[in-house]
Amino acid sequence: MAVRTLTIDNKQVSAEEGTTLLSAARDAGITIPTLCHLEGIYDVGACRMCLVELAGSPKLLPACTTLVAEGMDVRTDSERLRKYRRIILELLFAERNHVCAACVSNGHCELQTMAYTQGMDHVRFEYQWPALHVDLTHARFGMDHNRCILCTRCVRVCWHIEGAGTKNVSGRGTHSRIISDLNQPWGGSETCTACGKCVEACPTGALFRRGATAGEMERDRTRLEFLVNAREKKQWNV
Amino acid sequence: MDLKDLLALKDKELSARKPICIRCCTAAGCLSSRGEAVKERLERAVYDAGLAEQVEVRGVGCLRLCCQGPLVQVDPANIMYEKVTPEEAGAIVDALNGATAKVSRGDPQHPFFTKQHSIVLANSGVVDPNRIESYIAAEGYQALHQVLHEMTPKAVVDELLTSGLRGRGGAGYPTGLKWATVQKAAGAKKYVVCNADEGDPGAFMDRSVLESDPHSVLEGMAIGAYAVGADQGFVYVRAEYPLAIARLQTAISQARKLGVLGSAVFESPFHFNVDLRIGAGAFVCGEETALMASVEGKRGTPRPRPPFPAESGLWNSPTLINNVETFANVPAILRRGGAWFAGIGTERSKGTKVFALAGKIRNTGLIEVPMGTPMRTIVEEMGGGAPEGATIKAVQTGGPSGGCIPAQHLDTPVDYESLTKLGSIMGSGGMIVMDDSTRMVDVARFFMEFCMDESCGKCIPCRTGTVQIHGLLAKVLAGKGTSRDLTQLEELCDFVKNTSLCGLGQTAPNPVLSTLRFFRKEYDELLLDGARPVPSEPVAEKPRAT
Repeated sequence: MAVRTLTIDNKQVSAEEGTTLLSAARDAGITIPTLCHLEGIYDVGACRMCLVELAGSPKLLPACTTLVAEGMDVRTDSERLRKYRRIILELLFAERNHVCAACVSNGHCELQTMAYTQGMDHVRFEYQWPALHVDLTHARFGMDHNRCILCTRCVRVCWHIEGAGTKNVSGRGTHSRIISDLNQPWGGSETCTACGKCVEACPTGALFRRGATAGEMERDRTRLEFLVNAREKKQWNV
Repeated sequence: MDLKDLLALKDKELSARKPICIRCCTAAGCLSSRGEAVKERLERAVYDAGLAEQVEVRGVGCLRLCCQGPLVQVDPANIMYEKVTPEEAGAIVDALNGATAKVSRGDPQHPFFTKQHSIVLANSGVVDPNRIESYIAAEGYQALHQVLHEMTPKAVVDELLTSGLRGRGGAGYPTGLKWATVQKAAGAKKYVVCNADEGDPGAFMDRSVLESDPHSVLEGMAIGAYAVGADQGFVYVRAEYPLAIARLQTAISQARKLGVLGSAVFESPFHFNVDLRIGAGAFVCGEETALMASVEGKRGTPRPRPPFPAESGLWNSPTLINNVETFANVPAILRRGGAWFAGIGTERSKGTKVFALAGKIRNTGLIEVPMGTPMRTIVEEMGGGAPEGATIKAVQTGGPSGGCIPAQHLDTPVDYESLTKLGSIMGSGGMIVMDDSTRMVDVARFFMEFCMDESCGKCIPCRTGTVQIHGLLAKVLAGKGTSRDLTQLEELCDFVKNTSLCGLGQTAPNPVLSTLRFFRKEYDELLLDGARPVPSEPVAEKPRAT
């Protein structure tokens, strides 16, 4: 396997060919903020939180989908990047009805944590206050569209780990919604296996186990990673 | 089918021509004002007058001066009739003996026609788009034969490189380089895709080309397929263009029947099939990665590039994807040589460009001019300037990805670099003229609403940023904005431009930025506090994704 040497935040880093900037940085102990990225499933480069600066390139690049190359000089933190990351978070908070104090995921929410760590202490943009539904038709799980940030982690785990293909995106633009099957109540879905992987993947309080209290909203991400590792590395053969 | 058969078909078609030809425009614009009925009545009148042996009534594609449709052109007398009604058909036929018909006449010597330079539109308004023989009579498919029997794929790409042709979808990437990349890409299966998802408001160049001369696009695609080693092509055309779809379908089946598409084209080992894929009404599907996802049957959302389609496109195979107008240029370049093409236009922008001239202007329609033509020539001479009592304020190019060029910059030559320098883009060729009754903040809000509605929703900056920018513009227009809102507007525009995933988001702020740059006064006048905020730093331009 060929090795590539690059510089991330003035630190010499070596990474195998084919790895992304994000994992190369994480291996080197450099944290790049992410929202739509989830260990174990493929990346889509949608949330733009992981945008980094590359010397010699006028464009910002998403670290999650950009592969390492020899001699890259990457900056993961700058005044400009910090400003853009705060705007992303502000826009997300303004887009739907995120009220941390009244949320089941208060204290266990990646959006909330990200806002803390990125220094987003207030939202300057007009709140949209859309009227959105909560789908409580499923026996075990619920979906609260008010708290969804459309990261599509649930869609990706549903299709690519569970293979059920229940979760999808309908509509477009700000009217995009996560749907079950052909936009029917989740409880009536014939494809859903009630595996709960989508709930484990959700970064906010949009997907939850019914009856769970705020204290019980911790997600078990290791389960997803375990399944993917088992499949890809054929760990059950040992 | 070999060259002998092709030339025999051409001779047969030419020798069957009658001394007089009445050409009727049957493109969508004229059809919508009863062009079909005009053509039928002309045919009947010719028959009734006993002139069927001498006079041919030919349904053709766009005759260009769309605002005066339905248009009828009589050859060889070179008479053009405008706004023809079916009832006037008899008078036109009666006048064939030299009399003067009481039908509104157009002036074929007007700069609108004489300043045009036709390469892409050479057959538009001349050939019958429903008959492949008509295209063959205009030297059609000769370039494909020549390429298959006399040229190596590399020689074809070299010819394209010599020509200097750049992508006509808007971004202006050198076509020869793109072809060379796909040619060199490893892969047993390769695809050719024609992007006919023309979606900019006010743009109708590609529709006209498909309706008027579908075979030139198919021939261009076939040449491209030979050059890169593909055997399957797709034309991705939007469902809003039913006539273009119908004519493409006719063209494909006629080409297959004749053996210029399909297996063993021109008795060579080259195989090439073309299928249509119909878009379902999403603007973002004009973005190449979203387009390919849509062709594959997936949700039409863009994905990050690289990998570029040339390395990994349709079903992860190397894919050559070009716009309609780009492909339509190809047969002429191969027939007449890259050097001939490179002799037209400016140093960095070669050849011609088709524009759809629309808005507050006397002559609206389709024009094709050499690159580097000053915008003033297009708008004032060809377009005839603003209607009575109005003055031109700005010209919008590039649709929702472009910008407004103010009247004082009308002497700018039309080429990729000059337009980019002014904060607009060449775009696919929409050119909307605005007069002094247009409020520029309104224009910015219109385009932002368009982008907001058409954002796919995948990446956050485009999905939510456009909503906020639109909200701020609406607030300013309602007279409730402050200078703080304007500062925030600029901040958001910079953010959306630099962080969005695809071309749609990256260029969505352009109409706002360009109107802020040239018409800031109009924004300031609408503010509650009216104070002029500190201008933000200018932002570097980026080409739009094709």
